[in-house]
Amino acid sequence: MTDDRFDSPYPRYDVLEKWDTPSYNDQTREALAKRMDEVPPRRFFTAAEFTTLQAVCARVVPQPGRAAPVPIAPFIDSDLHAGRGTGTRYAAMPDDRTAWRQGMAAIDAEAKARHGSTFAELADAQQDSILSAINQGECAASGAWRDLPAQDFFRKLLLKWIVSVYYVHPAAMSEIGYGGPASPRGYVRLGPNEADPWEAPLSEKGARQ
Amino acid sequence: MSGRVSVLDDAAELRPRAVSGRAPDVFSREDCVPMAQFRDEEEVDFAIVGTGCGGGVLAAKLAEAGGSVVAFDAGPFFRPLADFASDEREQEKLYWLEERISDGENPIELGSNNSGRCVGGSTVHFQMVALRFRPEWFQARTKLGYGADWPVDWREMWRYYEEVEKACSISGPIRYPWGPKRGRYPYRAHEVNAAGLVLARGAEALGIDWAPTPLCTLSAPHGKSPPCVYRGMCKIGCSTNAKQSVLVTYIPRALAAGAEIRDLATVGRIETDRWGRATGVAYFREGRWRFQKARHVIVAGYSIETPRLLLNSHSARHPDGLANSSGLVGRHLMVHSNHAVWAEFDEEIRWYKGPPSMACCEHWNYADDDPTKDFDGGYAFMSQGPLPSDFATSIVTNSGEFGMDLRARMAKYNRMAGLKMVGETMPQADNRVTLSEGKDDLGLPRPRVTFGYCDNDKRLYAHALDFMGRMIEAAEGKNRFETEGTAHLMGGCRMGEDPKTSVVNADGRSWDVPNLWVCDGSLMPTGGGVNPSMTILANAARIADRMIAAGRRGEV
Ligand SMILES: Cc1cc2nc3c(=O)[nH]c(=O)nc-3n(C[C@H](O)[C@H](O)[C@H](O)COP(=O)(O)OP(=O)(O)OC[C@H]3O[C@@H](n4cnc5c(N)ncnc54)[C@H](O)[C@@H]3O)c2cc1C
Ligand code: SF4
Repeated sequence: MTDDRFDSPYPRYDVLEKWDTPSYNDQTREALAKRMDEVPPRRFFTAAEFTTLQAVCARVVPQPGRAAPVPIAPFIDSDLHAGRGTGTRYAAMPDDRTAWRQGMAAIDAEAKARHGSTFAELADAQQDSILSAINQGECAASGAWRDLPAQDFFRKLLLKWIVSVYYVHPAAMSEIGYGGPASPRGYVRLGPNEADPWEAPLSEKGARQ
Repeated sequence: MSGRVSVLDDAAELRPRAVSGRAPDVFSREDCVPMAQFRDEEEVDFAIVGTGCGGGVLAAKLAEAGGSVVAFDAGPFFRPLADFASDEREQEKLYWLEERISDGENPIELGSNNSGRCVGGSTVHFQMVALRFRPEWFQARTKLGYGADWPVDWREMWRYYEEVEKACSISGPIRYPWGPKRGRYPYRAHEVNAAGLVLARGAEALGIDWAPTPLCTLSAPHGKSPPCVYRGMCKIGCSTNAKQSVLVTYIPRALAAGAEIRDLATVGRIETDRWGRATGVAYFREGRWRFQKARHVIVAGYSIETPRLLLNSHSARHPDGLANSSGLVGRHLMVHSNHAVWAEFDEEIRWYKGPPSMACCEHWNYADDDPTKDFDGGYAFMSQGPLPSDFATSIVTNSGEFGMDLRARMAKYNRMAGLKMVGETMPQADNRVTLSEGKDDLGLPRPRVTFGYCDNDKRLYAHALDFMGRMIEAAEGKNRFETEGTAHLMGGCRMGEDPKTSVVNADGRSWDVPNLWVCDGSLMPTGGGVNPSMTILANAARIADRMIAAGRRGEV
């Protein structure tokens, strides 16, 4: 995976600039302020598990060039601490908390089996190749996974949880040009290559059409 | 309404709001409306479990007919204007996130994918696609040779579709291209957004019909609800009240007619006496178990919780669960296959604007004679508009993509369009809800949901993927990719004409326990190739009238 840079199609757009406009209501401001200002402390994972998780998050959503990367691991930790469920427990998988602990241990075991050190200590490319292997269900340390199906854990729990934390952050909304909070005002222009003044301006490619 | 009182209460999830003779006024930020209140010992006419499509309609219509009604919901009683944020994560509070076990050949995703937990049920976060069944599906076995017949004539259902479409102010086109002629939709169609126009372009290129989707959100003001502002967050709850969910339509009607709604009240068991008749419901609210006496119990908890409650209400007389002499409680559970094709476009689409599915195509629900149709049943498909987290999660769970590739793909968000199917699956006895060994926090056995596709289901979604792929290509989409998934739940307590092959009769009355009824999506013997809410609402409106008529004859 080449991850040196990320170019947003909307480099000058920031959903937070609408904070004091009719695109935001109080409850939305409250939810977002909490997300940005109160990064939860680690309470569920052990320090070692948490280090692994942070390293995994940094490869799943690499954020080079961002002075303050969007925090992801702390929110997963706080969800698990609070017992916030997803509603689905696949019969082939342990419960969420057990699966996450087991998964972090297994990812570390993969790193040790392949390179003799913990996952967090590896170079980016090594980390990526381990995650790619897990995504294909190819495990070097199958003993560590025990009853945890590696690919299902990776896609349905780990990736899913990580991206669902990242893509609700204003920085992520801005980089993809999503309109973001939109109540009570909503939108007026719905057609192709149309944007209201409070949306991201059409990217250059779109404006050319 | 007189008697308005202002309350400054906690979050709806923490403490019941429908208490002390008042309930939230859903059209306000903090006001209440007066509400009737019944004592637990008072034998009410109807105890209704669940306040979604089935329960909400019954609560309103039975109370309006003069019945005493208490309707329970496990979830909170929201005021959308004050409680709903423009935020995917915050709004997960609408979903049933209690752990349920999912297994089988093709275990389905539960939770946000198919079940709500709040007053108003799943309609609070549904996507408002408001379609009718094809008439022949009510007699799928006789007319089309698969599945099972409904014990209901389509013409009767047609009248009830009209009733509920009016009650929900459905906006739709003047002429709908498929099925028997219908009157105009009560409200004019919405302007189709760019994502919908991609479907239109593809359909026109392939020479088939398309339509602006009939939608359950206002195209002009109605009562205290404003018209839709195209905010596009319908799936995480509409914070303007433009969406005509059960929470803002039937629930206020029920309250005004004298029904009591109990929020944050989970029913754990239906009790029966030694003659086998239901006596009321045991429910958990405000930290303790209570018992509400009732002459009739109506279960409307949807296709997982309804069978779960019936199975858990076993007794010496009903050792396999209530209403289960046929052994069919929990069986014939259906979903819709919900596979999709996605592609990139030159123009900016910005599918986040407007309700997510503004254009639809029901061609394959009606094309019986097409030589390429190699499956029973049908499918519809619609244009799409997932919010960022929703879209990202469906990409990663399907492909496992991560890293800069994922971020780069997500950066094309504003140029994406998609077509997603609602595909009929066959009712199979082994697709079912059972009770697992594990217990939830209230000590109730957790449900286990077992699902697998049959060969017909697989042929059907393969056909749809191929067709939608050709269509999105015809619309000039590039770099196409596919995702798979399921949506909606149907069946689990099918209605029928024979006590041996169904759980309840055409009125929703259980064959085994004469004062126990079921009225929700679990009644559906076949699922059809359209989103189910209008059919569930119409069937509930019909059942309400049947109950009221039976009451007049002294049979209730
Ligand atoms: C994301 C999503 C999008 C959808 N989009 C569409 C769409 O566009 N068009 C469409 O037609 N359909 C759609 N649906 C489906 C539609 O919402 C449901 O089919 C419909 O609401 C089911 O009605 P119901 O009455 O059977 O159950 P529900 O509406 O789910 O109501 C059941 C209620 O019962 C309560 N309950 C359950 N058990 C208990 C208990 N033991 N005690 C107390 N309360 C209990 C629950 O909390 C819930 O509120 C969608 C669903 C989802 C999840
Ligand atoms: S698009 Fe319309 S219905 Fe959907 S959330 Fe916005 S206002 Fe409500």
